[in-house]
Amino acid sequence: MSNIWVVVEPANGALTTTSLELLTHARTLGGTVSAITWGGQGAALAAQAGEYGATTLHDAGDLGGALPGAPVAGAITGLIASAGAPDVILIPTSYDGRDIAGRLSAKLNTGVLTNVTGYSADGATEHPVFGGTQIVKARFTSGGPGIVVIRAKSFAAESAGGAPASVNSIASGDLGATNSAKIVASHVEERVGPKLEEAAVVVSGGRGLGEASAYALIEEAAKLLNGASGASRAIVDAGWVPYSKQVGQTGKTVKPTVYIACGISGATQHMVGMKGSKNIVAINKDADAPIFQIADFGIVGDVHKVLPALIEKLKSR
Amino acid sequence: MNIVVCVKQIPDPAAPASLDPTTHNLDRTGKLILDEADTYGVEMALQLVDKAGAGEVTVVSMGSSADLSGVRNALAMGAAKAIVVSDDSLRGTDALGTAKVLAAAIKRVNPDLVLCATESSDGYTGTVPVQVAEILGLPSVTFAKSVTVDGSTVKVDRQTDGGYDEVTSPLPAVVTVTAGVVEPRYASFKGIMAAKSKPVEELTAADLGLAGETGAAGAGQEITSVVAAEARAAGEKHTDEGDGADKIVAFLESIKVL
Repeated sequence: MSNIWVVVEPANGALTTTSLELLTHARTLGGTVSAITWGGQGAALAAQAGEYGATTLHDAGDLGGALPGAPVAGAITGLIASAGAPDVILIPTSYDGRDIAGRLSAKLNTGVLTNVTGYSADGATEHPVFGGTQIVKARFTSGGPGIVVIRAKSFAAESAGGAPASVNSIASGDLGATNSAKIVASHVEERVGPKLEEAAVVVSGGRGLGEASAYALIEEAAKLLNGASGASRAIVDAGWVPYSKQVGQTGKTVKPTVYIACGISGATQHMVGMKGSKNIVAINKDADAPIFQIADFGIVGDVHKVLPALIEKLKSR
Repeated sequence: MNIVVCVKQIPDPAAPASLDPTTHNLDRTGKLILDEADTYGVEMALQLVDKAGAGEVTVVSMGSSADLSGVRNALAMGAAKAIVVSDDSLRGTDALGTAKVLAAAIKRVNPDLVLCATESSDGYTGTVPVQVAEILGLPSVTFAKSVTVDGSTVKVDRQTDGGYDEVTSPLPAVVTVTAGVVEPRYASFKGIMAAKSKPVEELTAADLGLAGETGAAGAGQEITSVVAAEARAAGEKHTDEGDGADKIVAFLESIKVL
């Protein structure tokens, strides 16, 4: 593999952690690594992109409030037309990453593989299925660069101590109506404690909590453990907690020191997002719940009794 | 206001899933149901058409099975009609091929708005709606947690990592909705009876001029093998005798979290 492109996402003046994970892995594939970003902050991000292994950082510039999917895919298509196609394009699994991948795949008429957790130099991808109990291996068969969308925390981010990447401006070209979705305002929800993806302790709740108000117990336990609170898809779908709390296939991937699953049965969709936790504690009244098959420490009991008792113990410490 | 909702009929998630050992395709021979993730889009579409005071909801679906019970379910909720692209050659179609089929079917309706789930609950590729938008030359807004239409503009609160963005787009557009965005209605008995006589246009990939771009042969990728993942062993399990919290505290101490 000689030519690898990595889409790297800017956030608050730096690259996202998943972007750095992808750059780190791209270095191991045995070729030149180029990064592609947007926002017109190329010079500020070049040091970080270079440190993690990119020689060039292509910047699609300020998008004027447009959602990144169409303009960034347009800029990548333009770069391929002028510089030739790479062997592969690695993209982080994120809200904008999936948009870019979808747009790009249709523009280039080439395949896209998503939910990837492993990628090797021979072009083989790995995808966990059925709650992570099995791994599907796949590869591209069509011509053109494969588009590989990789889940967070599939690789560890490690600096290579590289020199700053050289910055190159790229243009989106004429996008017509596809570029007309614009961000008019951004809202940041207040968060207490660490980010869900970065917390050393995650306490998550599921349908077993019985009602939305019981989620307060999850938040209290998380706070007492200096952790973050998470949720299963079931209670997000039910509207008890926002989507940003969802752990699982559709939501976030977490790998904390300890994951405490409360009233979560362990649907395959959930397990994929937390199976990589160092330790798993489960509280569930159903002794046969699938969550116990992967829990290091399980309590078969009523979450409405065990959790308040745990909160009291933690408070008194 | 005319809205297309893309829906997928999937194997019942409650039944154990498996992959065909030779083709590695998901076994879809059992009963198919309407993907629950799609019911939010159907409900949202019904509410938006209701609010607009005119127009109708069309469901568009692609599959390799002649089973239409999932699509009928969407009609029972209140959609006016359906276009179903279904033939055996579609088995093994990849995300881009699926998008080509859906886009060609959507074109026949020429809607003001296309609604989809963020991803299906069986394949969860998550790229099809945006691929559809690109093929149709339309803007797209993904991960909507609220959708309103004001004249010829759609306003979306779009989920972000730390909160949400207010996004506006001119119509026509493609919008993907997250679960929980609305409360999907249950089909009434009257709705179920009415759905039986609602029009369902059944097409093949060839009818849409897409023979050769679908199925495993038209796919841009293939599964080479399926292997067992590294198993995670079950650890201790205790029944709570009023001492469950103490035991958890002791475990957290043993791993030095406390």
